[in-house]
Formats: sequence, C-alpha cells, structure tokens
Amino acid sequence: MIDTKDSTDRYQASFQQRETALSAAGQAWFLPTRQAAMSRFGELGFPTTRHEEWQHTSVAPIARTAFQHAAGVDAAVSPADVQRLALPGGTSARLVFVNGWYAPRLSDLGDLPAGVRVGSLDETAGRDPALLEPHLARHAAFDDHAFVALNTALMQDGGLVYVPRHTVVERPVELLFIATPGAEPRAIHPRNLVLVDADSQVTLVETHATVTPGDGAAYFNNPVTEIVAGDNSVVDHYKVVREAAAAFHVGTLQVHQFRSSNVSAHVVSAGGTLVRNDINALLDDEGGECNLYGLYLIGGEQHVDNHLRVEHARPHCDSREFFKGVLDGRARGAFTGRIVVHPDAQKTDAKQSNMSLLLSPHAQVDSKPQLEIFADDVKCTHGATIGQIDDEAIFYLRARGIGEAAARSLLIQAFAREALAGVRIEPLRRRLEELVLARLPEANLLQETA
Amino acid sequence: MLDIRNLHASVEGHEILRGLNLKIGPGEVHSIMGPNGSGKSTLAQVLAGRDTYQVTAGEVLYQGRNLLEMEPDERACAGVFLAFQYPVEIPGVNMSHFLRAAVNAVRKSRGEEELDAVDFLELARARTEIVGLDERFLGRSVNEGFSGGEKKRNEVYQMAVLEPTLAVLDETDSGLDIDALRIVAQGVNRLRQADRSFLVVTHYQRLLNYIVPDFVHVLVDGRIVKSGDKSLALHLEEQGYAWLEKETGGEVTAGV
Repeated sequence: MIDTKDSTDRYQASFQQRETALSAAGQAWFLPTRQAAMSRFGELGFPTTRHEEWQHTSVAPIARTAFQHAAGVDAAVSPADVQRLALPGGTSARLVFVNGWYAPRLSDLGDLPAGVRVGSLDETAGRDPALLEPHLARHAAFDDHAFVALNTALMQDGGLVYVPRHTVVERPVELLFIATPGAEPRAIHPRNLVLVDADSQVTLVETHATVTPGDGAAYFNNPVTEIVAGDNSVVDHYKVVREAAAAFHVGTLQVHQFRSSNVSAHVVSAGGTLVRNDINALLDDEGGECNLYGLYLIGGEQHVDNHLRVEHARPHCDSREFFKGVLDGRARGAFTGRIVVHPDAQKTDAKQSNMSLLLSPHAQVDSKPQLEIFADDVKCTHGATIGQIDDEAIFYLRARGIGEAAARSLLIQAFAREALAGVRIEPLRRRLEELVLARLPEANLLQETA
Repeated sequence: MLDIRNLHASVEGHEILRGLNLKIGPGEVHSIMGPNGSGKSTLAQVLAGRDTYQVTAGEVLYQGRNLLEMEPDERACAGVFLAFQYPVEIPGVNMSHFLRAAVNAVRKSRGEEELDAVDFLELARARTEIVGLDERFLGRSVNEGFSGGEKKRNEVYQMAVLEPTLAVLDETDSGLDIDALRIVAQGVNRLRQADRSFLVVTHYQRLLNYIVPDFVHVLVDGRIVKSGDKSLALHLEEQGYAWLEKETGGEVTAGV
C-alpha cells in the first residue's frame, strides 16, 4: 500500500520552493495554472492499477521513491555526448536540455526561416507570455491525469517551437533531453510546446536519452508535449525513448488538430525500466489526418505501456494507429487504443493495429482496443495479434546456412522495421534500425546490402 | 558423397521411412519417385535437418561425416541444399538481404572472407539469368506474393547462388506449367558438374524428360523397392505404381 499523501507531499515541497523564483522570472501569469495543477495532483495522487487507465501499469515504484527536483544544468554532459546522441544528418535547430534544463552551450539554433521561433520555453514564458498564454497547458488536460498535473505544476523547460503561416521548416528541429546520473534519484519534468500556423510544415525529433545507459541509478522523467496543428499544416513528431536501464519514463503527447491538418507521430521505446507513452489526438475540424506509429523492443523486466486516445470530433477525418512490440525475458507490454467518434463526426475512417512478438514464454502483452462510436456513418477497424517466431521460417533460413540466432534476429528485425517504414527522415530511420539491430545477436550478418 | 543406411524416421510416433538405403556418388543425378505418402518429402526434410521428424534408426554419411548430427545450418554450410516443396514466405526480409546473410554464413564457415555489398550484388545479379528472373525481385520480400512458378524458380536461383555439393530437389516440378518447368530444369542442368550431386524427388515422370537422371529409385512405404536407370521412370509412367506394390508386397527392398 502506498501512502499517497507522503508521495505527493514531496512534490508539494518542491513546488513551494519554486513559486517565488517563478514570479521573479516574469512567470506570475502562469502561476495560477501551476497552483491549480499542483492542488489537482494532490487530490488525484499517483494512480493505482485499480484506475482503469492504469490497469496494466503499476507506478508504485515511482510513487514510493523520494525523487528530488532536478536542480540546475549538470556540467557532466559534453559536446561529444551530444554528438553521439544527436540526430545524424542535418537539423535546422537543436535544443539540448540536461535534466530538464536548457543548455545553451550544447544547443545550436541553426538557421531558421524568417518568423520561426525555436528556443527555451521557460525563457519565452518570461519574455513573451502573449504567445504562450492561449496554448500552454490548455491542450493537455491535467484534471484527470496525475502525471500531466505534476508536470504542469513543476514544469522546468523544453522546446518552444513556433512556425508562422506559409512556412516550411525543411530540416527537423531536434529536442534532445539528456539525463545524467545523480547522487539522489531525480525527477525531471520537461515541457514542450509546438505551435504550427496554417499552411506550414515542421518535423520534430524529441529524444530522451542518458549519458550512462547502463547506469543503475534511477530517475523519473515526466515529459509533456503539446502540439497545435493549424489549418492545412503538416507536423511530424518523433519521440525516441532511450532512457537509462533503471529509469522511469511517463510521457504525454497531446495533439490538437485543425482543418485538413496532417500529423504523424512515432514513438520508439528502447530503454527504461518502465515506459508509459500517452498519446492523445483531437481531430477538431474537417479533413484532418492523424497517423500514430509505435515500436518497442524490451527484455528483462522492462515494461512499456502505449496508451492512445484519438478523438474524432468533426467529420471526414482519418486516423491510423500502427503499434508493434517485441518482448523477451519477463518483459510486459500494454497497448490501449481508444478511438472516440463524436455524434457529429460522420465519415470518420479510423484504423488501428497492434502486433506483438513474444520471444519468451514469460513475456506478456495486454492489448485493448476501445471504440466509442456515437456516429452512424463511420469506418472503424482494429486488429491485434500476439505471435511467436515462425518455426517454418527459421528452418527455411537455417537450411540456407544462416545460424539459428541470426535467423531469429533476421525475423525480429523484419517484424520491427515495418513499424519504422513511415519514418520520413532517412538518417533517423537508419539510427532507429541500428537501435533495433543493437538489441539482436549476430547483427553483423544483417546489415543492409543496398 | 552421400550414403544412407537403413534410415528409419517418424513423425509424431508414426513411422514413415522404414529402412531406406541409398548411395549417391559425386556428380550423379538420382531421382526418387513414388506414390503419395511413400516418404519422398520426409526423406528430403530429414536430409535437410527438419526437427519435426525423428530419426529412430540408421545413419546418413555425407562426405564421410555423420550428417544426422549436424544442425540444419551446418549442413547447408557443408554444401547440402534443399529446394523446398513449399518455399516459406518471409515478409519484411528482402531477397538480397536474406541471400547475402546466407552467402556470408556459408563463406564464413569455409574460412572465406565475407562478401561486401557490391561484390554480393554482382554475384546475385549475375545468377538471376540462370532461372530467368528479373533482378528487381532481389528487392522483394522472400517468396512473399510470389507465384508458384516464381517460388520454385527462386529455389533454383538460391541453389545457383549458394553452389551446393548436394542438392535435394523436393518436387520442384509440382504445379509448374511447361515453360516454368523447362526454365527450372535448364537451371538445374546448367548447375550439373562433376563434383555436384542431385537428388531429385518427383511425383511425375515429366520432369525427367528435362533432367535426365543417372538412376531412378522407387520409394514405396518408406523403402526403396526398385532401382534402375531412366527407363524405369518411363515404365512407371505407363504402368503406375500398383504393379510394384504387388510385386514387392511392400516388403522387398531391391538393390541397385
């Protein structure tokens, strides 16, 4: 039994310490929201598995750990670390955050089209409240989500990306969050806000990584990203979770889409002991398209929970969900795909697919589609498969000289890469495929030929 | 090359091969014919190392080595090749990726250097001509969406790339139209050489008009009941298998 009061009190104390500083930094305008979120968090407490939305994921280890609010930027991250973790190939801008705080010395604001703003959300909150005020914390609701409430109350820093009308940002904007091990376990609350005006286009790569992936020190990363996709805009978002082995990652991506906007989001989870990805999209005007892709590869005692909610509020919108998982050891995966079709949302076309590959008899997956359809002229399909490696295929490969381990790797790689086919940044797709390969034995035999 | 002695094999406790003897010398082409259920495919699968079949007695020597003790991939690396009766579809694994892994596994086991992407593609493209496949098929997933004829041609193509010492063709002719049959047979004939042996398992005599065997064996009830030269195949075509089953009572094992 978790003492909820104790576990929330710690965060109340962190909050009180920060209040004064925030007022001084010109963020008094946002304080009431933070206060409301803090008190909501106190009321909600950490969810238990009795909570329907948390049925398959116990956050008890997070609730009972005395995480400390991450203090200022840690100097332990070097440009070489950034180089190693950063997206290969070109970016239009790269913002680096260390333990949730902006690190200008490691960032590169690059070369952006006129009117595009990419920078620290925290700084912008002090300097330009008018830009943020209509959006910040207005899309990701915190009234029934303890982790979003906690982030909203304690949010540190993250990327502010603003793309004005008729503007195409050709190369991706990278938001790189790096955690460093500390003497005390840290809680990190990154917050990103992405505002894309009409007829514009931008690609974001949000990476959560660490300088010491195998380190046993736990930390708790609780990022929230809000994306507002204006009329006829195109927004691609990639989230790559490469947390340290002992880390907890509970993240929310909240997307608000307007007329004929096209948003695709990928989430690839490869590191962390517990990873929960909440991905929520609201299709709030006609003609919107939302494509969500996910892939995770886990083993040992790792746990990944992808929790999706796509809300079709208006007619003629399409959504796709394509999620795959590979589980070894005693790993556990969960997938919840809720699709809500409002009475007005005729001609909705929603497809959902969740496929899991179990490599061990002790791995387990819970897959739950939830369709709530209140309109009568809609197309909604969902499918879930949970399978094992095909013995016939293994034999076929072995009969051609490929050893058993390599044959298994080849099939796992083939299964996984389908979830990466939609990655439109070539160097990122290669990086993600390397991440897949790195988890497979005999990978040297599996390098691409062309 | 290959010496099968008193081979017994079963699947799920049901004995299918019941004392099979067969010797294949270097460069020879042997054909095994027989009615449905006689054990032809079981023999092919056992030689390749499929673990759904249990060998309960007998031995198989391949180049003097105990074949039955080798893993399927070790057999392949040692030069044993099975052209599958039902090639497996492997979605998401493209042909060139798969074949390069196979070629390099074989090369590695021989202590040869692995082929890089450029050298591999040169080899892979050059061999497509043997079975008349468009080289674009190298970019497709293994057997996925292939027609029956394409699958069989793909088996012969893989054989051409991997250059085995002993090739076992399991009903590679079944389901092929005459054009595809000719292409497959020509492919095999072009690969015939003094140090490469073939075991051609077929249900129909038709294939043997194109691949002319040195020896023909008739398999009935898990044993070779009759052996002869290519004229035996013609005889079978005219008479069917019934006379053999009567003649041997399913008991007699005929020598070569």
